[in-house]
Amino acid sequence: MTTAPLSAIKAGLLSCETCGLLLQPAGAAEPGYCPRCGSELAARRHGSIERTWALVTAAAICYIPANMLPVLGTTTLGSTEYDTIMGGVIFLFTSGSWPLALIVLIASVMVPLGKLVALSYLLITVRRGSVRGNRERTRLYRLVEFIGRWSMLDVFVDTFTVALVQLKPLMSVQPGAGVLFFAAVVVLTMLAASSFDPRLIWDAGSEPVQYPAPTKENRPQKVPKLG
Amino acid sequence: MSKPSQNDDAMTPVACHECDLLQLLPELPAGAKARCPRCGYILATYPSDPFERPLALAIAALLVLVVANTAPLMGMSAVGRHASTTIIGGVYQMWLEGQEVTAVIVAFCAVIAPAGYLFFLLIVLFAVRQPPAPPWVGGTLRWAERMQAWAMTEVMMLGILVALVKIADLAKVEAGVGMAAVGVLMLLFPAILSSVDTDELWARIAWHAPDSKPDPAPECEHTSKQQPDVDASSETNTRETPSERSAP
Repeated sequence: MTTAPLSAIKAGLLSCETCGLLLQPAGAAEPGYCPRCGSELAARRHGSIERTWALVTAAAICYIPANMLPVLGTTTLGSTEYDTIMGGVIFLFTSGSWPLALIVLIASVMVPLGKLVALSYLLITVRRGSVRGNRERTRLYRLVEFIGRWSMLDVFVDTFTVALVQLKPLMSVQPGAGVLFFAAVVVLTMLAASSFDPRLIWDAGSEPVQYPAPTKENRPQKVPKLG
Repeated sequence: MSKPSQNDDAMTPVACHECDLLQLLPELPAGAKARCPRCGYILATYPSDPFERPLALAIAALLVLVVANTAPLMGMSAVGRHASTTIIGGVYQMWLEGQEVTAVIVAFCAVIAPAGYLFFLLIVLFAVRQPPAPPWVGGTLRWAERMQAWAMTEVMMLGILVALVKIADLAKVEAGVGMAAVGVLMLLFPAILSSVDTDELWARIAWHAPDSKPDPAPECEHTSKQQPDVDASSETNTRETPSERSAP
């Protein structure tokens, strides 16, 4: 028995993005609205690739000033010292808390860059119609979606440092222009990840993944309760 | 007589959210999860108590949220002076320092999104206690999901800790009640998320287009005579992947 997996789109069906209801659209060109939740139906997110590219490009542009401009300025008795994100990492490292330095380095420098690279990779492979490593690419997408929020770490650190250290004229901390660009990178990459449609990965080429026996394995697996 | 057909209808046809694979969801015991066999996406979870538990947790989280937003997060003292801050205080200070946009982003991710998520979720959970809930509850559920994506309590918690360590180098710092509350929230949010069953919530909300609704009850038996554009079950029952069908 051949078990070519069937996508909803190939079966002339689509599932509502909002409530997950599987239904048959009125027409392929204009699917209309979901009868259950009322949201507009679309087989794939509208302009997914173009929108994601635009957001990734905007985020990449903001990434440069986010790292070059200072995020914090510390004023001690009249003299002000500015720190970039890397400066903050080095400060944490030299002050002895290297685990935190590592966390900030990963969350603030490597994760945003990694997200940009990963999304570009996904966009390029989808555009080229790649049919290899679909499962791995879907995992990569899931990782990008999951870790996206953690880049906001440095924005929170800066906010609370600024809020607390206000002992004027003795010592005070001001936010630098870099914070805005940094927050913009995080927001833009999060929007980019959510506008990318992972189903596009699976649309190209009918099926690269070899199925195991057409028995239990192909059914949604029962996973034992966690915790 | 009804037994075998019921068993057949217990299989819900779905398309995977992340790879669009058509498949039949079998009825699973509480506590189980169903994964897409092709891409590994978690298609459905079956929490043992999908209504009462999230309601209790969300009410608890709402109370803790109030504490987290009003009590001081941390304080510091240097040369005889003391300062402390709250979440809103941090946002306000950023605004004063000319970082209005950043302040708004922080306020949204730290306060508005978590509060909005809890608020909308509570409305939904209360509304679905008497199914079917009116269709506008679906819109509220959608808003809850949108807010949830931007609620960053756990990231904020780590941010507070890093800030604390940074400042500890300059002055004496102490953790406040607010910080403990943020820590509790950080644990409550994933607990709520894992106890909510979104599919079950949707099943208890009245359809937006009532004339195309298959059945007044959440159960979807014998939905074969539906308008062509809305039918969820009858069409797909004949079209799902052959592999799914072969399973007993």
